Amino acid sequence: MAFEYAPAPESRAVVDIAPSYGLFIDGQFSEAADGKVFKTVSPSSEEVLSEVAQAGAEDVDRAVKAARKAFEKWSALPGAERAKYLFRIARIVQERSRELAVLESLDNGKPIRETRDTDLPLVAAHFFYYAGWADKLGHAGYGADPRPLGVAGQVIPWNFPLLMLAWKIAPALAAGNTVVLKPAETTPLSALFFADICRQAGLPKGVVNIITGDGATGAALVEHPDINKVAFTGSTEVGKAIARSIAGTDKKITLELGGKAANIVFDDAPVDQAVEGIVNGIFFNQGHVCCAGSRLLVQESVAEEVLDALKRRMQTLRVGDPLDKNTDIGAINSAEQLARITELTEAGEAEGADRWAPACDLPSAGYWFRPTLFTNVTQAHRIAREEIFGPVLSVLTFRTPAEAVEKANNTQYGLSAGIWTEKGSRILWMANQLRAGVVWANTFNKFDPTSPFGGYKESGFGREGGRHGLEAYLDV
Amino acid sequence: MSEKSEKSERLSVFKTYKLYVGGKFPRSESGRVYEVTDSKGNWLANAPLSSRKDARDAVVAARKAFGGWSGATAYNRGQVLYRVAEMLDGRREQFAAEVAAAEGISKAKAAAQVDAAVDRWIWYAGWTDKIGQIVGSANPVAGPFFNLSTPEPTGVVVVLAPQASSFLGLVSVIAPAIATGNTVIVVASENSPLPALALGEVLATSDLPGGVVNILSGRTAEISPSLASHQDVNAIDLTGADAGLAKDLQIAAADNMKRVLRPRGAKDGDWSADPGLDRLKAFLETKTVWHPIGV
Amino acid sequence: MTGRYARRYAHVVTMPTVPAFGPEAAARLATMADVTASDTALRRFLHGLPGVDAVGLEARAATLGTRSIKTTAKSYAIDLAISMIDLTTLEGADTPGKVRALCAKGIHPDPTDRTAPKVAAICVYPDMVKTAKEALRGSGINVASVATAFPAGRTALPVKLADTADAVAAGADEIDMVIDRGAFLTGRYLQVFEEIRAVKTACQRPDGSAAHLKVIFENGELATYDNIRRCSWLAMLAGADFIKTSTGKVAVNATPPNTLLMLEAVRDFRDAVGVQVGVKPAGGIRTTKDAIKYLVMVNETLGEEWLSPHWFRFGASSLLNDLLMQRQKLSTGRYSGPDYVTVD
Repeated sequence: MAFEYAPAPESRAVVDIAPSYGLFIDGQFSEAADGKVFKTVSPSSEEVLSEVAQAGAEDVDRAVKAARKAFEKWSALPGAERAKYLFRIARIVQERSRELAVLESLDNGKPIRETRDTDLPLVAAHFFYYAGWADKLGHAGYGADPRPLGVAGQVIPWNFPLLMLAWKIAPALAAGNTVVLKPAETTPLSALFFADICRQAGLPKGVVNIITGDGATGAALVEHPDINKVAFTGSTEVGKAIARSIAGTDKKITLELGGKAANIVFDDAPVDQAVEGIVNGIFFNQGHVCCAGSRLLVQESVAEEVLDALKRRMQTLRVGDPLDKNTDIGAINSAEQLARITELTEAGEAEGADRWAPACDLPSAGYWFRPTLFTNVTQAHRIAREEIFGPVLSVLTFRTPAEAVEKANNTQYGLSAGIWTEKGSRILWMANQLRAGVVWANTFNKFDPTSPFGGYKESGFGREGGRHGLEAYLDV
Repeated sequence: MSEKSEKSERLSVFKTYKLYVGGKFPRSESGRVYEVTDSKGNWLANAPLSSRKDARDAVVAARKAFGGWSGATAYNRGQVLYRVAEMLDGRREQFAAEVAAAEGISKAKAAAQVDAAVDRWIWYAGWTDKIGQIVGSANPVAGPFFNLSTPEPTGVVVVLAPQASSFLGLVSVIAPAIATGNTVIVVASENSPLPALALGEVLATSDLPGGVVNILSGRTAEISPSLASHQDVNAIDLTGADAGLAKDLQIAAADNMKRVLRPRGAKDGDWSADPGLDRLKAFLETKTVWHPIGV
Repeated sequence: MTGRYARRYAHVVTMPTVPAFGPEAAARLATMADVTASDTALRRFLHGLPGVDAVGLEARAATLGTRSIKTTAKSYAIDLAISMIDLTTLEGADTPGKVRALCAKGIHPDPTDRTAPKVAAICVYPDMVKTAKEALRGSGINVASVATAFPAGRTALPVKLADTADAVAAGADEIDMVIDRGAFLTGRYLQVFEEIRAVKTACQRPDGSAAHLKVIFENGELATYDNIRRCSWLAMLAGADFIKTSTGKVAVNATPPNTLLMLEAVRDFRDAVGVQVGVKPAGGIRTTKDAIKYLVMVNETLGEEWLSPHWFRFGASSLLNDLLMQRQKLSTGRYSGPDYVTVD
């Protein structure tokens, strides 16, 4: 008799999703001016979770005006008072973390194990960290009394909805800015729940405004003439459009964009941990991670051994219901994203790479993709160059450290990289050579509010996290 | 540059001003020159009128030099920059005369500008091995990990030098970019390019590896668009661009996500002011390295 | 490294896996004779094994520890865990009476529910083997005896061998030996290897059969994960039937990460040499929750082939009662209490 795990679903009862949500502007929920709405669905079941307002240009303007109005008082508050609001938010996030974790898994499709153990703890930690900066800005290295920028327009992606909200809102508020934030079209709910946390925390109205909508809403926000700061996390394509749109303005900008990280495994790597790192690097969050280790570069002398171990490990990955506590890989966030992953993997096969995936049953409803491995991939293949943003790993080999560096850097991106070797001097040499903003040596996909995160080259600019993350929201 | 021969019977020797690219002094591949005059309209020299191909060659040279220069020790870069200051100091009179002619200011004022420029080289020379300690950080992450953030040069940087301050302004935009390990393509002041081209002659004799600084003269609006859209350029400093050009260049720069340093109005006008760290930080990337701590 | 060995010894691994205690194992081990031919060769081999990153290993064990085992899976896991227990008493105050009581409990762990499975073995000091053997007669439960001057192992080799032979002669089915940690830590690997081999020989009975040999590393004293991996290979090369984490007598005993590491070692050894070896974590495993975490690790690292008392054991004493209380909860729907399980 095999040891089959019985279903272990987290209870949905902890979260109460309203049938509809308005825009959170100036401390109140209201409908869009033109009354437009759209539905948000659970990608694991295609069940409609709620209906949310579709903000138009008029609503964006109203939100920016509310933020502008709130800015004067908020920025004039003593830092210690702003800090206390942020500490309150951090605590309320902790108190409500199970509810938010379940909500996030429902709306995004990611496993509850990740929302519970990674997303939510990091959200609270981020608010705690920046809360403490609010009354210490003069010690941050940006002058004795650095000033905030004003109103920040923030557009975040669907892969870590609440965590990206925290990365954007916490430093902005700590520095004395007010914000208008637009969550992604497919994952609006946790941001709307965050509005309720702002209410519970007693945050002055207008300091945080949440507007839901699609790309057009986001464009209206970043192009609004009365915002001082644009912060965007998402695709490189949209990032470029935003960078163009702010040309000739005084708007300050930070962009966290795509990636095609190399995860480099040397022949003297700690093999079992490297395999875990490879798995965590590409299958964490269904591979919907801008810093995912989507290119495995393995030294030829151990390629066979590492791939055997990796395939064996992939066979134990549990794909399915995001709310099941034993699920390792949840649903793909949307039909659109599933189509993109499918298209690129078909291109991988057409271009001659060898495709492999473990046998596993996928649910009939919802959007799903098996954890997939491509071998015999070359630098010329699309799957080695384009960001797939899904649970798909492209495996390439190398012979020497120099070749590994050359291949790793041979991309327009430069967000992250991984190095696996037990030799310390080689780690440091590799870390120096790699053109990437985050280098994980003998680990992967680690995040911390104190640790600056951001890319080189087309992966964007500016850093989020740490003392560096404040700079993006100060007039320096 | 020309020299009034009122007192001397001897006919002066004109200098042929050339570009400085990859450590060499080429003419413009286009074969074009343009007339450079002093502030009163008197002919000073013919300067190379750089083409887009010259710009492309400069990018190749800068990219080629980047690995060595960014990989040099900070101490070594400091030594080289200090050597540049030493070389300049020995040619203060020449530069004072160039600047006076170019900007139409008195010899004394020009000399003061040159002195300030030499001092600025020295100031930046001293920063090479300190900036990392100021902008880097050891991050106390909540887990068993060593976590260090250090600055690294952005890469190949295009610098549109200030149009008015032909030497102090020029030095003030070049020195910080290369102090941190970037390599640069400098588009000299369009109307006053001669101090910049003369600087190339100093750099060539200052232990600075060829290609670290590449100097082009010509029409800023002609050369800069191809540099702003060049996919192998990592950043652009728009100081020398007017508002309209700056906007166009910033749009072009978005194609490969160049870091853009926008002109900041009056702040860019007064080159005698304390420059602060802004320009050192403008072309730095923060790299964060994680490693587990365990036995 | 192990993969490379797997390829080098491809002629071996294409044959079916054999159990470490089976007659074919010796021939398989003989194919690895070159790496144990000298202290130098053995050192080179052991130090050539892939390193272990402590943080990554511990993170993996912690993640596996978050598996939520409910209802039918929990029921299965509890009965499996009970059947894998080496129910242990290793006290200076042990008496025949205490040992007999433990044996009775091992045969019928839950007096109120005869469907509760019996344990795998009763683990005692050598002088209690005879008592245990008699008490367990006909039960199908093995007698395991610690030997080789357990727990410190600080006696001369002839004494250790006599200790072993004595326990085997008294009827021990399994011998839990301790390695010489001092020799291991000073790098005298071949000495440790030869000692295990000698004890293995001492496990043989006149009729040609042999007691199964469990080799205890005392992970807490080996101190590093790299050492635990090396020790695992050393012991398996020397003929260990089981590798065991600890004596239960030092501060750090079985932990999820050090056991996970040993599970990886037996997996790699099977791939490379074609010999299947068992794993026994011991010491500190007291609750059902803990035991299930270990079973999850076995399940996801080694799979079904190791999910049996033949290949995985828990060295424990108080664990059994907690498993029984959880078992009662599952069958009755209400929480049990310590008065409803036996105190031994």
